[in-house]
Amino acid sequence: MKLEFLSFEFDKFAQEMQNLKDKKGFDYLVTIVGEDFGDEGLGCVYILENTKTHERCSVKMIAKSQVCGDGIASNGTGDTDGQVLAYLPTVSNIWRVADLLEREVFDFYGIVFLGHPDMRRLFLRSDFKGYPFRKDWAFNDKYTLEDDEEPDYGLEYFLDNDGNLQSKQNRLFGSDDYVINIGPQHPATHGVLRLQTVLDGETVKRIYPHLGYIHRAIEKMWEGMTYPQTLALTDRLNYLGAMQHRHALVGVIEEALGVELTDRIKYIRTIMDELQRLDSHLLYTSCVAQDLGALTGMLYGMRDREHVLNVMEETTGGRLIQNYYRIGGLQDDIDPNFVKNCKDLVKYLRPTIQEYMDIFGDNVITHNRLENCGPMSLEDCINYAVTGPAGRASGWKNDVRKNHPYDMYDKVEWEQCTLTGCDSMDRYLVHINEMYQSLNIIEQLIDNIPEGDFYVKQKPIIKCPEGQWYYSVEGVAGEFGVYLDSRGDKSPYRMKMRPMGLSLVGAFDPMLRGQKIADLIATCAAIDVVIPDIDR
Amino acid sequence: MEIKPKIKSIPYEEWNDNESLEKIVDELHEGGVNVITGSLDKLINWGRANSLWSLTFATSCCGIEFMACGCARYDFARFGFEVTRNSPRQADLIMCAGTITHKMAPALKRLYDEMAEPKYVIAVGGCAISGGPFKSSYHVVKGIEEIIPVDVFIPGCPPRPEAIMYGMMQLQRKVKIEKFFGGANHKQTAEEAALGVSNEELTFREKHGDHRREPIVVTDVPEEFTEELKNSRIEELKEEAKA
Repeated sequence: MKLEFLSFEFDKFAQEMQNLKDKKGFDYLVTIVGEDFGDEGLGCVYILENTKTHERCSVKMIAKSQVCGDGIASNGTGDTDGQVLAYLPTVSNIWRVADLLEREVFDFYGIVFLGHPDMRRLFLRSDFKGYPFRKDWAFNDKYTLEDDEEPDYGLEYFLDNDGNLQSKQNRLFGSDDYVINIGPQHPATHGVLRLQTVLDGETVKRIYPHLGYIHRAIEKMWEGMTYPQTLALTDRLNYLGAMQHRHALVGVIEEALGVELTDRIKYIRTIMDELQRLDSHLLYTSCVAQDLGALTGMLYGMRDREHVLNVMEETTGGRLIQNYYRIGGLQDDIDPNFVKNCKDLVKYLRPTIQEYMDIFGDNVITHNRLENCGPMSLEDCINYAVTGPAGRASGWKNDVRKNHPYDMYDKVEWEQCTLTGCDSMDRYLVHINEMYQSLNIIEQLIDNIPEGDFYVKQKPIIKCPEGQWYYSVEGVAGEFGVYLDSRGDKSPYRMKMRPMGLSLVGAFDPMLRGQKIADLIATCAAIDVVIPDIDR
Repeated sequence: MEIKPKIKSIPYEEWNDNESLEKIVDELHEGGVNVITGSLDKLINWGRANSLWSLTFATSCCGIEFMACGCARYDFARFGFEVTRNSPRQADLIMCAGTITHKMAPALKRLYDEMAEPKYVIAVGGCAISGGPFKSSYHVVKGIEEIIPVDVFIPGCPPRPEAIMYGMMQLQRKVKIEKFFGGANHKQTAEEAALGVSNEELTFREKHGDHRREPIVVTDVPEEFTEELKNSRIEELKEEAKA
C-alpha cells in the first residue's frame, strides 16, 4: 500500500485522531512508526484500519520541541537540562495498543507523548545514553555487566498553563505490593520475556512487560544495508514464521519497485507460507501441551513438524531458517520431488491433527485449564490490536489473507476460522482449525503450479523510488507488516516492522488482571508469543 | 597411564580438533598420572560425561533446534543429555543458544556465576560465537567469550541438530579427560586460574570485599584483663632476668 499521509495541525491532533476513530471507524491502530525525518525533525507515522471496510489510512505528525532547563521538562534529576525534547500528544487513550508503541518510539527517538502515564524505556536499559535511531546518534556499542537500576516510577509529561513542558512521576507499585519477576530466563515465557507481576496472594493485580532482552536493532542495521542485504535478518525474527516475515519485506520492496511477479512465484510463495504456518502451528500445539505439563503432547507435535521441515528443506536447503524468497522471486526453483512430497505430507497430516485433539485438546484437564483463562472481548481485542489467531478466537475477522489478499489467497477456497469463546481454549482451537485450512490451500495449489520463471531479473543495484509504503502479510501469530520510507538510495531511509507479538504482550495486563498467576503461564502459552519477533 | 576419551562407535581419529584436547591432557597431567586416582578419575568422569544436565538458556532460533534435538527424531536422550534444568544450581552446563544482547549480558553472567562447579559452557550458533549476522548492531555482545569462558563452539546459523549433538559429544570427550582429584578440572578464566578461586567467590569479593583477610580487631577489653596481662609479662621478664 502506497501511503498518502493525512496531516493535522498540532493543536487539533488529538481531537482529529479521536474523530478518525469515532466518526470514520478507524478503530484498529496497526502501528506507530517513529521516524527521524531529517530537516523536518522527529515525528511519527500512524497507520490505521477500519475493521468493517478494511480501509486503511495513515497520518504523519511532526513533533514540536522545547529546550529543557529553567523549569521546563525537568524530570526531578536535572540530567536532561540543555537537551531538546520533542513531544507529541498521546493517542494511548484512544487506542490502547499505543501504550507500548509510544514507549517504543520514546525509547528509540526520544519523542515524549503528552499524557502518556508511563514514559519509560521499553527495549533498552534505563541507563542507556541517547536515542539510537536518531540519525545523529553517535554509534556506541559499549556495555556493562552491572545490574540495571530500574526506576520504580513512570514519567508523565504535560504542558502547563504557560505552554511549558512539565513532568510528574507516577509510581508503578503501591507500598505493600508483592512483586515477582517472571523471566527473563524462564522456561514458560518462550524466550527472554520478563513480566513484572504484581500479586495479591495468587491473584494478578498488574503486569508490566519488560522487553528488549533480545533486541538486536535490526531496523537500525537495515539503514546501513543495501536492499538485498536486508533480507537475511527477517528470518531471524520469529524463526517459526521465517517465510512470512521475508514475504512482507520482499513484498514492500517489490511494491515500491513495481515488480510484476509470475504466477509460478505466487503459487510457490503461497504454498511455502502455508507450509511455514503448519510448522509454526505444530510447534505451537506442542508448546501449549508442554507448558501445561503434558510432555507427550509435545513430542507428537514435534514429530510431525519434522515432516514439514523435510518438505521445505528439500527445496530451500534450510531446516529452520530457509532464506528462500528474494526481491523479484525465489532463490531457486522447487525441487523435482516437491509436489509429491507435499501431497504425501497433506495425506499424512490430515488424520494426525485429530491425534493432538485426542491426546491433549479434547482432554478434560485441558478444557478446565484453558476455558475462561485470559479472556478478552472483541472490542478490547481491536482496541489492543490483538491480531492473528488470538483475535480470531474473539470473533474478530482480522485475517490479512482475506482482508488484503496477496498472492493466491483470493483465488483459492478457504475459510477464515473465527470462534467466539474469547479465551485460551478457543485460541488453541483456532490454531487447530487453521492447520486444516492450510492443508486445504496447499491441496488446491499443489497440482496446478504453472510453468514460468521462478525469478524476475532485477538490476544489480536495487534502488527504490522515493515514497512510503506499507505491506503486510498474515504471519503465524498476527499481522506482520513492513513500513518502508525510501529516499531513492540503495539502502532504506527507514524501515520498520509491525511485530506480531508486541500488541499481544501489551494485552497480557488487561487479560490477566484478577486471574490466577498459573493462568498467566497458560495464557502466555496459548497466545503464541515469540520474543525475538517482538524485540527485533 | 594413557588418557584417551572413548566415545562409542566413533573412533578417536575421526574426531575434529584432537590436538587441543591432547594439549589439555598434557597440561593437566604434567606431573604424571597416579594409577589409583587416575582410575577413580576415569570412573567419575564416565558418570559425569554421560549425564550432562544443561541449563535451558535459549534466547532465539538456536533454541528451537535444541528443542528439536530433544524430541522424537533426534532424541539426545541416547547420550544422556535429556535432562534440562531451569535452575542454574542444578545444571552442569549452559547451552547458550542464541544472541546475547547488552541487556541480557548481566543475566547470563549471573546465571554462570550461580552454577556449581564443575561447569561448562557451549556457545551454539553464530550469534553466541561472534555476534553472527548482528555483529554490526549497537546492542549485541560480539561473542559470549567476552563474558564467560566457553568450552565448545558449535557454528551454524542455526546449527543443525546433528551439529549440536556433535558439539555435545565433544564436550563429553572433554569431561572424560578431566582430573577430578587434585588440580583444576576445567577451563577457567585467567583471573580464576591466577587466584585459584571460583567465579562466584570473585563476584562476592567485588561486592563485599575480601571477607577472609580482614584483620580481627578487638575493642573494649576490660581493664583488669590488660592489667593482669601487663603484670604477668613483668613477672615473666623478672624471672628471665634472674635466670
